Amino acid sequence: MTAASETYYEKRGLIGTLGRDGLIQIILVANTFIMLAPIVIMVFSAFKTNMEIFQSPFSLPDFSNVTNFVKIWTQTNFLRYLLNSFIVTGASMACILTLGTMAAYAIARYEFFGASFILMFFLAGLTLPLKLAIIPLFMLMRDLGILNNQLSLIAVYTAMGLPTTVFIMTGFIRTLPNELEDAARMDGASEARIMWSIMLPLVRPAMVIAGIQNVVPIWNDFFFPLVFIQNDRLKTLPQGLTTFMGEYTTDWGVLFSGLTLSAAPIIIIYIVLSRQFISGMTSGAIK
Amino acid sequence: MPQLRLTGRGLWITVLIAPPLAFVALFIVYPIVAAFAYAFYDWQGLARGDFVGLANFHHVLFVEPYASWTRNAFTHNIIVFFALMVLQNGVGFILAYALWRELPGARFHRVAVFLPVVLSTIIVGYLWKLFLHPIFGVVNQSLKAVGLPFLAQPWLGQDSTALWALIFANAWHMVGFPTLVFLAGMQRIPTEILDAVRMETESEWVKITKVVWPLVAPSATVVFVLLFVGAFNWFELPYIMAGLDGSPYGSTDVLGLYFYRTAFGNVSAGQQDFGLGSALAVLIFVFIAAVASVITVRLRAREIQI
Repeated sequence: MTAASETYYEKRGLIGTLGRDGLIQIILVANTFIMLAPIVIMVFSAFKTNMEIFQSPFSLPDFSNVTNFVKIWTQTNFLRYLLNSFIVTGASMACILTLGTMAAYAIARYEFFGASFILMFFLAGLTLPLKLAIIPLFMLMRDLGILNNQLSLIAVYTAMGLPTTVFIMTGFIRTLPNELEDAARMDGASEARIMWSIMLPLVRPAMVIAGIQNVVPIWNDFFFPLVFIQNDRLKTLPQGLTTFMGEYTTDWGVLFSGLTLSAAPIIIIYIVLSRQFISGMTSGAIK
Repeated sequence: MPQLRLTGRGLWITVLIAPPLAFVALFIVYPIVAAFAYAFYDWQGLARGDFVGLANFHHVLFVEPYASWTRNAFTHNIIVFFALMVLQNGVGFILAYALWRELPGARFHRVAVFLPVVLSTIIVGYLWKLFLHPIFGVVNQSLKAVGLPFLAQPWLGQDSTALWALIFANAWHMVGFPTLVFLAGMQRIPTEILDAVRMETESEWVKITKVVWPLVAPSATVVFVLLFVGAFNWFELPYIMAGLDGSPYGSTDVLGLYFYRTAFGNVSAGQQDFGLGSALAVLIFVFIAAVASVITVRLRAREIQI
């Protein structure tokens, strides 16, 4: 890259290059400003009173003024929503990674009749917009007796997460060498033992990619709770946010601190793990 | 060919494969197949009535007021799709091209452009709803501050701007996704090709249109198809910012909201109809599947193997 760009710079001349690179920098800086300014204003406003928000929306707030956050902590079900989101997302991710790895392992490591058909069956689930099947899903959850129960969410999220997970994990497990497995088999290890002790430790990188790709949409989902969950005590964070925003319509400081608190967990994790997030979330679109 | 017997190895494979298969069959395949069946029945609340053939389809397509509601929502989805093609995928391509040069700070810009993508649509929707408030929102406050008070509008309150405000919020939220998919495509272009291009031309425009654009065709296929599916499934953002009725006056109504309202009812109309809802779902589903396949095949054909 550097060698190539050096010859390029020579050919173009310094001024032309600076002009073009300057334009690129202006575009990037302007765009980053548009991307970050709303988030910064949201966080600032979370520490302000209504009056401060309306009179000086862009000014730095007094960060020691946490009245809004205290209100949320003490007067709303916010913590409950947050906890519910952790439970639902955590349980779904555990199911997705366990079941997804099981299926991918069987498809990738064993030859059996129908393996490619089963893989196709999983992949078909990749492209189907499940939102449009919400009426039968609603009836199904009712018949199973898990409407207004977080199990309904966990079941749907698990099923939705499996296609991508099986796809990513099958591809990865196929690339693992056979030698380790064969040596263990020679020593008389059982198939379950080989999978658990020898192969699974090797598939962690693929699990991280599959995990991130699924955890963000599940954590952020709003549609399925909207249809399945009515009980306020069971609501997840995005759904609870709609209840909360409806109750505090006039107290903008509280509204902004609610949004800030909801956004904080995922923003912090994203900043720490941005590389993994970007590769995980775009992995379905990049081959 | 080894037989799948329920002993030893066969049993082990079954144990591994049956539970995940059951989940996908029960919670994805069955509901989608059932959605097609539901559309051919008359429904009273949650109870299935008589087989009515194509009556539900006829009703949502040709009987008023459903026919105009369907047309109205469908038109808005089309507008949303084409507008986002420019504002989201088009801008994403330009940003990807800018990031690709790896000038100082590119890493930071890359993290920043993707930041809104990880946020929930609900947070994004409420954030922009507050920002677009006619009196206290920062958008109008900024316009007044920079001396353009005449541009300040009740963005979400008038039918001429409401849909565009939602489109803008969506572009802000998701532009990082096509950007990074295009960027990955550009980074895969072999350096030999780029060196050869430099020998031939000085023009940035020729380089983009004749070399970069054709070579990132696989990325374009993916983001176009995903945007198409997304635009015709649009629900959360209009639900939060404009409400279930697509206010004001249905100017932000889209198929997702209309389908949900028809199936589950809303506070004002109150009536729910699973039959008409299912018919709408099937029509949307078939439309998305048909057009997405055509787009995929057409776009795949122009992809070049490097």
